[in-house]
Amino acid sequence: MSVLVNKNTKVVVQGITGREGSFHATQCKAYGTQVVAGVTPGKKGENVEGIPVFDTVNEAVKETGANCSLIFVPPPFAADAILEAVDAGIKTVICITEGIPVNDMLPVKQYIKKYYPETVLIGPNCPGVITPEEAKIGIMPGHIFKKGNVGIVSRSGTLTYEAAYQLTTRGVGQSTAVGIGGDPIPGTVFADVLKWFQDDPETEAIVMIGEIGGTAEEEAAEFIKSYVKKPVVAYIAGVTAPPGKRMGHAGAIIAGGKGTAAEKYKALESAGATTVKNPSIIGETVEKVLKGNI
Amino acid sequence: MKVHEHQAKEVFRKYGLPVPRGYPAFDVKEAVEAAEELGTWPVVVKAQIHAGGRGKAGGVKLARSIEEVQNIAAELLGKKLVTFQTGLEGLPVSRLYIEEGTAIDKEYYVAITLDRSKSKPIIMVSAAGGMEIEEVAATNPEAIITHTIEPFVGLRSYHARELALKLGLPKNLLNKAASLFITLYKIYIELDASMVEINPLVLTKDGNLVILDAKIDFDDNGLFKHPEIMEMDDPTQISSLEVEAKKYNLNYIKLDGNIACMVNGAGLAMSTMDTIKLAGGEPANFLDVGGSANATQIANAFKIILSDPNVKAIFINIFGGILRCDRLAEGIITAAKEVSINVPVIVRMEGTNVELGKKMLQESGLPLITADTMWEGALKAVEAANKQ
Repeated sequence: MSVLVNKNTKVVVQGITGREGSFHATQCKAYGTQVVAGVTPGKKGENVEGIPVFDTVNEAVKETGANCSLIFVPPPFAADAILEAVDAGIKTVICITEGIPVNDMLPVKQYIKKYYPETVLIGPNCPGVITPEEAKIGIMPGHIFKKGNVGIVSRSGTLTYEAAYQLTTRGVGQSTAVGIGGDPIPGTVFADVLKWFQDDPETEAIVMIGEIGGTAEEEAAEFIKSYVKKPVVAYIAGVTAPPGKRMGHAGAIIAGGKGTAAEKYKALESAGATTVKNPSIIGETVEKVLKGNI
Repeated sequence: MKVHEHQAKEVFRKYGLPVPRGYPAFDVKEAVEAAEELGTWPVVVKAQIHAGGRGKAGGVKLARSIEEVQNIAAELLGKKLVTFQTGLEGLPVSRLYIEEGTAIDKEYYVAITLDRSKSKPIIMVSAAGGMEIEEVAATNPEAIITHTIEPFVGLRSYHARELALKLGLPKNLLNKAASLFITLYKIYIELDASMVEINPLVLTKDGNLVILDAKIDFDDNGLFKHPEIMEMDDPTQISSLEVEAKKYNLNYIKLDGNIACMVNGAGLAMSTMDTIKLAGGEPANFLDVGGSANATQIANAFKIILSDPNVKAIFINIFGGILRCDRLAEGIITAAKEVSINVPVIVRMEGTNVELGKKMLQESGLPLITADTMWEGALKAVEAANKQ
């Protein structure tokens, strides 16, 4: 099993005729993902590598039965694109777009929470979700992932790849890897994904990759304490980051003395997670944990 | 994006908020003209930098005559002001704000920002105004009154009145304070701010509410909607290398160490800095070349890194996803032709098209040190930097 997406997931790609959208839709399809439709307003009737394009998500859902959306729409229109997918009945919305104004996301987040509590939004500003050898719904390089029993959840894209690669080269596969993204208002937080992994019978251990800024890791620690029985290996990026400087991601900033890596490590350690300070030993540590050596 | 106090006050003024009269000044002559235009004494001469703590650092001074304005302006302009928020280097004072004096009775604090754990805006008010709010939060948290704002409903009059009441404001000012809070929220939303702050909001001796210091941080992602705010950008307040990097869409932050890093992805870039530190070195910068960097951008990234004289080694750590390793290799080779790279370069790359990328680098004949893991790369970079 896996969480969130699998070989039966039917994907509609919003913004499919753009440069990024067409490239990645093609890549996802080549990986084996069921990419059944694309949406670009005004381009109905066209196709991208055989994927039919529709004017609206509603139409795409009706015609193809899509139940998951992958969004590449540019920042000014991305909040709208998320709402369009949600209103069309899509249950899993994955938004890759980076640079959406934070205030655009305020109503989006509350709307989904209030009117579509069953709908999951992943991102924005994230690499997407992959269930290795079943479905790649995002921009990650598929070949570094391998089917298996370790769940990965991360705020950072390239660190997700780094962790997966270290696992795969050691022969340790992954159940699902979820990139929750680096924005201040994420659709899904660590605690949500930790719950899915805890409830997934095939996931045996969890890798959690956080970074400076906000308190999502501290909240995850609270959740681990109360709910997660499986081993969690955690790494936090940004020990050396100076306060007041936004480290690339809009959400990665130490403000008012809050959101430091030290605080997050402390919270996770007290929750019983195995923490690593050196990102190069994530794979090694997971292997030890799985063998019961930690 | 941060803006200066005088710019934040200009925004407030446009929204009808009570701000004392004042004018920005870029040289001593303009400072004197501003004081003459104000025509009242005393006036306050305020250094404009993108950091708080100016008062304690000597950046805010009272002047009672033209001569004093002249002296203070001459002393502050061109100086680097060091406050608890600037770091040791300080920030250059290239402009002043000359403002009419205000007779203060009481000081309050008001701010709106995002409560990330709730994904909703939060308004915070306190009667402990004028102090550093972080300090108040740490030592006397109950002195801060907060209200979480529902995005669909907004900040309503009754919410705002309740805050004003809890703040203990005189009854005749309740409605005025409430409408000030509501306007502040309007600014926060309409202008895509990530933080608006008034510290202090002042009750004057003659019983009025006046905004004495103002701060607005804008969400960089929202700037495209507000060209008039983008124009407020002051490049003197960030390092010239960071300004240069912005031109090429590179995300660069200068740090104090001597090992430069070039990485794709913000998380991996932070990790690389951390790994350098763990290996016994000090990172010279944060640099995320992004997912779609091309050869020209990589070459420009080299130029920026190399113009920092402290740099003794460069550690390139790329996990090819969208950014393919062959494209990176092409960038390194192009850069080596355009700029003389006079420090050791350590390359660790992995991911999409890694074989092709490695082959290109090998055939280029460039004197590169290669590494298979981030840790090995960091160790080699530290060793190379120490040898220099």
